[in-house]
Amino acid sequence: MHSDAFDRYHHKHSLIHQLDPRIKVLITVAFIISNALLPDGAWVAFLLAWGFVLVANVLSQLGIGYTFRRSFIALPFALAAITVLFSIPGKPIGSFQFLMWDMTVTDAGLLRFVSIVIRSWLSVQMAILLVAVTEFPKIVHALTHLRVPAVITMIISFLYRYLFVLTDEVMRLLRARQARSAASPGQRSGGSLGWRARIAGHMAGQLFLRSYERSDRIYNAMLARGYKGELMTIHPHHFERRDWIICVLCIVGMIIMQWTGRI
Amino acid sequence: MHYTPAPLHIPDGFLNLVVSIACWVVTAIVLSAAVSRTNKSLGDRQIPLMGIMAAFIFAAQMINFPVAGGTSGHLLGGALAAITLGPWAGMLVMTAVIAVQALLFQDGGLLVMGANILNMGLLTAAIGYGLYRGALGRSRGTRLAVAGAAAWLSVMAGALATALQLWLSGTGNLQTLTLAMLGVHALIGVGEALITIAALAFIFQTRPDLLDEKSLFARGGRGWVLAGALISLLVVVLSPFASADPDGLERVASDLGFINRGQSASYHIFPDYTLPILGETSLSTIMAGATGVLVVLVVAIVAGRSLQKRS
Repeated sequence: MHSDAFDRYHHKHSLIHQLDPRIKVLITVAFIISNALLPDGAWVAFLLAWGFVLVANVLSQLGIGYTFRRSFIALPFALAAITVLFSIPGKPIGSFQFLMWDMTVTDAGLLRFVSIVIRSWLSVQMAILLVAVTEFPKIVHALTHLRVPAVITMIISFLYRYLFVLTDEVMRLLRARQARSAASPGQRSGGSLGWRARIAGHMAGQLFLRSYERSDRIYNAMLARGYKGELMTIHPHHFERRDWIICVLCIVGMIIMQWTGRI
Repeated sequence: MHYTPAPLHIPDGFLNLVVSIACWVVTAIVLSAAVSRTNKSLGDRQIPLMGIMAAFIFAAQMINFPVAGGTSGHLLGGALAAITLGPWAGMLVMTAVIAVQALLFQDGGLLVMGANILNMGLLTAAIGYGLYRGALGRSRGTRLAVAGAAAWLSVMAGALATALQLWLSGTGNLQTLTLAMLGVHALIGVGEALITIAALAFIFQTRPDLLDEKSLFARGGRGWVLAGALISLLVVVLSPFASADPDGLERVASDLGFINRGQSASYHIFPDYTLPILGETSLSTIMAGATGVLVVLVVAIVAGRSLQKRS
């Protein structure tokens, strides 16, 4: 598998691409916090926040609808919030029969549900944009500067580096299982549920051992190349004036959003 | 390449700021303990090992097996990671997996990542390792059985914690959330338990040295048994309460000031589940939960034994 199969990073040289990764991580998190702080039904503020996302899209030269097209990933989780439709007391705006229960949708419930979904939808777009304009290793490097413990960022770097190797390994295992699971026409292939689970478990165990042994080899190879217990980079980050300006502009934008959400 | 989001990953927007930050604080405290332990006790060699193991968990989550009607069982891996690598390393590995899933795939949010790590990485590792460590020194079949039960319970603990966090954020009705979460994950947990048992059985056969008692004892002290047992007990006691008698919990929450909105359920979908002999008392509710756990434990023991015989 190619190493950029997961990576949504786009090789462009826009203003946003060239920002310091630390600033980009901070702005993304600040934007998500700002969304969480907006009260229910602050439609103008939500609209402003969406405008913020759209401007960021345009500035990064990905096309205005880039994040919108990919933003539906979190939508299934909206199911978890569906009960607020019925459980918040308010003026009933419609009811229906579900099996044997009467379900009544209240206006307050609907307001809250829509607000939750919008907040989530805006936040996920910003996270998508972050990965699209920042190479993953740079995000991890930014995390180191933001005081995430080195052990964790190093594990993440290794995870990222060997993700592709081990997914290939899994694909091979799955293909091998498929190749050996022939069925005669009209007959089910594979044994009982327990048997199938056991085979899947053996595959997991197999993968565990292969990974374990591979990590030994990797460590030896790293030692051979002079590993001293810490990873190094040849791209040290430094803030430029542009980074500060963008940062301040974004914070001002979020303050305006908060202000419009509260009047 | 298909990547299927798992139902336990909470996206941003579904938890409010207070709950998100509270979860981050708990997660950060536990993780900093894990980091300082790992820095103290483990050598350079452990860093690549944990990194590759994180990639292993990530990849192993793609292994699935058909169950019925187009659904499939698959692994989440928290308990397996903690049992094979020890609790602290298991927690760090799961943290890395959850962080990459959120950062790279937007599966799970950034602000709520603390909650996701707590639910899927910390609770699962504590229960997985704690219960398994309690069974060390027993026969291989018992150990496998306990590992299976621990895997199932770890998934249930994550589901219950998710439901509680959503409810505390005002994202839904407590009873429906817990029943839906626990109901779905009772099944997902069975897949998790079966795969965990079979994976460990396979490692026992091929590389028993990785799971010998000396190395496992070294990875975590006896305190883990207590922690695992306590969290499991909490899950067993809280689950039936939250799903059958939510008024009690809501009362506690409003007394403590968690909830400022009065959210009373305007409907009652599910009849209280209690044991008929004991009537509708809280004892009965707890007993109902304990009976459920006992049933799963027996099933896991039988499964473990039969796997042991065949291998």
